[in-house]
Amino acid sequence: MTTKSILTALALSVAATGAALADAHSNGAKIGMISTLSGGGAGLGVDVRDGFLLAIEQSGRDDIEVIVEDDQRKPDVAVRLADRMIQSDEVDILTGIIFSNLAMAVVPSAVQQGKFYLSPNAGPSALAGRGCHENYFNVAWQNDNVHEAAGAHANALGYENTFVMAPNYPAGIDAINGYKRTFEGEPAQEVLTKLGQTDYASEIAQIRASGADSVFFFLPGGMGIAFLKQYADSGVDIPLVGPAFSFDQTIVGAVGEAALGVPNTAQWSPDLDNEANVAFVAAFREKYGRIPSMYASQGFDTANLILSALDKAPVSEAEAFRAALREADFASTRGDFRFNTNHHPIQDYYVREVVEKDGELINQITGTALTDHADAYAAECEM
Amino acid sequence: MTLLLIEQLLNGLQLGVMLFLMAAGLTLVFGVMGLINLAHGSLYMVGAFAAAWVAAQTGSYLLALVASLAAAAAAGVLIETLILRRLYARDHLDQVLATFALILIFSEGTRAVFGSFPLYLTIPPPLSGPVTLPGGIEYPLFRLVLIGAGLAVALGLWLLITRTRVGIRIQAGAADREMVSALGVDISRLYTLVFALGAALAGLSGALVGTLQSVEVGMGEPVLITAFVVIVIGGIGSVQGALVGAILVGLTQTLGAFLLPLASTRLTGAPDAGQVLASMLIYILMALVLIVRPQGLMGRPA
Repeated sequence: MTTKSILTALALSVAATGAALADAHSNGAKIGMISTLSGGGAGLGVDVRDGFLLAIEQSGRDDIEVIVEDDQRKPDVAVRLADRMIQSDEVDILTGIIFSNLAMAVVPSAVQQGKFYLSPNAGPSALAGRGCHENYFNVAWQNDNVHEAAGAHANALGYENTFVMAPNYPAGIDAINGYKRTFEGEPAQEVLTKLGQTDYASEIAQIRASGADSVFFFLPGGMGIAFLKQYADSGVDIPLVGPAFSFDQTIVGAVGEAALGVPNTAQWSPDLDNEANVAFVAAFREKYGRIPSMYASQGFDTANLILSALDKAPVSEAEAFRAALREADFASTRGDFRFNTNHHPIQDYYVREVVEKDGELINQITGTALTDHADAYAAECEM
Repeated sequence: MTLLLIEQLLNGLQLGVMLFLMAAGLTLVFGVMGLINLAHGSLYMVGAFAAAWVAAQTGSYLLALVASLAAAAAAGVLIETLILRRLYARDHLDQVLATFALILIFSEGTRAVFGSFPLYLTIPPPLSGPVTLPGGIEYPLFRLVLIGAGLAVALGLWLLITRTRVGIRIQAGAADREMVSALGVDISRLYTLVFALGAALAGLSGALVGTLQSVEVGMGEPVLITAFVVIVIGGIGSVQGALVGAILVGLTQTLGAFLLPLASTRLTGAPDAGQVLASMLIYILMALVLIVRPQGLMGRPA
C-alpha cells in the first residue's frame, strides 16, 4: 500500500513537472468548459460550445486542450465538475456556463482558487458590482444590459405603461431592474412567473385586463416559445418588446410565425455587417449546417479573446495574461468591444426583428438601441 | 374582475383535464401493476416529438395526434416487455432506479434523433385564435378544444373500465392479481395492454400540450411531478380519483397563482408573499388531503 502510494505520488509529480516544462515552451492552455448540453436549455450550451470550438479549430493551434462537460443545468453538478477540473484536470481557464444560478455557484470559488473564468453568457449583477473579481471576465453582457436596451427602445416607440413579466430567479430580477432602469414610463403591472413555467394563460388574462400599452417579457428558451405561441393565439394585440432570448436562432424555428415582427434587443445579430461577423456566420453555417445564434457568437468571441491573450502572455504569468485579456485585442463578431473597469463589456445594443428570408426565420437589425453602453454596477467594483 | 375570474376558472379546468390524461396512465399502471413509472414523462415527450415530426412531414394535425398515440403506445409496449416486466416483483426503489435510467435514455435518445433545439408544432388554423363566449369573454378556441377532448377521453376511459370485459379485467387485476391469473386471464398480456393504454394517453397529452407550449427535450419531467401530486390526492389506482385530483390541482394552481399575489398586494403592499404561497399551494393541498384521508380522495383504504 505504502509503496503504491509513493509510486502514485511519484508518477503524479513527474506528470506535473512534464506539464510545467511543456508550459514553459509554448503559450498552450488547458480550458475547462462547463455548459448545459442535455435536458431543457441544451440548445444554448450546444451553440456556445460549437462557436467556441470553431474558433479554436480556426486558430490551428494544437497546444490548446478543451475539456467539455455537461452541467445538466444543475448547480450541484456544475460545482462538482468545476472542482474536478480545477483539482484533477488542472485546467488554467474555466468557461461555458449558461445560467446565472449556476454561474453564482461556480465562479466565486473558481476565481478565488486563482483560475481565470470567462463567461460566454451568464452575467449576474452580483458578479459585476461588489462581487467582481480580477480573474472574472464577462464576454457576453451584464444580465441587465439587454433589458436596458429593451427599455430604451420602448421609450423610442413612445410606450408609457408596460406590463412587465419575468421568471422569479436572479436573471429574471436583473431583467426587470434593467428594463425599469432605462424605461421612462410607468410599469402598468409587474408579474414574476415560475421558472420553467410553460402555461401563460393566467398571465395573458392579466395582460388583457391590465390596460397596458405594451408588454415587456423576459422568458428564455422553452418558456418563451410557449408564451409567444399562446399570446399570438389569445387575440390580445398589445405590442410586445423583449430581449433576444425569446427570439434567438435556437428557438425561433419552434416559435414560428408568432415571432415575426416583434422588436427584440441584442448585442449581436447574424446580419451585423463587419468582417469578423460575416466570416463567422459563413464558417459556422459551413461547419454545422445551421445559422449561428447569439450564444454561438458569444462562444466564438470568448475563444478568440482567450487566443488573443495567449498570443501575448502565457496563463502561468497571471498578471500579464490578465492584462492581455483586459485589452480585448481581438476581432469581435459584434464590432467594437472593450472591457469596463469591472471586466464587463462596453458595447452597442441593437434592435432586431425576426423576418422570413429564403424560407428560414432569421433576425435582422432594424436599429440601434444603445451605443457604447456600460453596466450600472461598475462603480461598485473594486479590484 | 368577474370575467377575469371566469377566464381563470376555464384555464384551471383546461390545465386539469390535461393533467388528467397524464395522471390516468400513471395511476392505472400503479394501481394494476404496482409499478412506479418515473419514465411516464418520457412517454409524454415521445408523443409530442412524434406529433411535431409527423405534422412537419404531412402538414396534418389529425395525423400528428394519431402518431402521438401510436408512438407513445409503441414505446410503452417496448419498455414494458423489455424492461419493466422484470421489475414487478422488485421493490419500489429498484423500479424508481430503473425508470429514472429510462428518463435519461429517452432524453438523450430523443436529442440524438431530433437534435438539441425545440421543434415546431403549432395550433392548426381552424382551431387557432380566440372565440367570444357568452358574457363577452374572449377565450382561445384551442383551449376549449383541449377541455372537450380531455373530458371526452375521461368519459371513454370510464366506459372502457366499467362497461367492457377488458375493463373488468383491469379492475380485477388491480384488486387481486393472483386470483385473476388463477382464473385463466393472461395477466402479462393484460399488463402490457394497461401500460400501452397509459402510455398512449400520456403521448396524446404531450402532443396536445406541446402544441400550446413547446416541444423540447425534458418537457415531461415537470408535468410528471404534478401528475404524481394528482394521483396522491385522488387516491392511487383510482381513475375517477385522478380526474377529481387533476381538476382540483388545475384549479388550485391557476387560481392560486392569480388570486394570492393580488391578495398579498392588498394586505402587505407587495405580491411576494402571495407568489411564494401560490407556488406551494398544490403541495399544501396534497398534505391536507393526506392528513384527512391518507388513502386519497377516492382511494381504497390500504
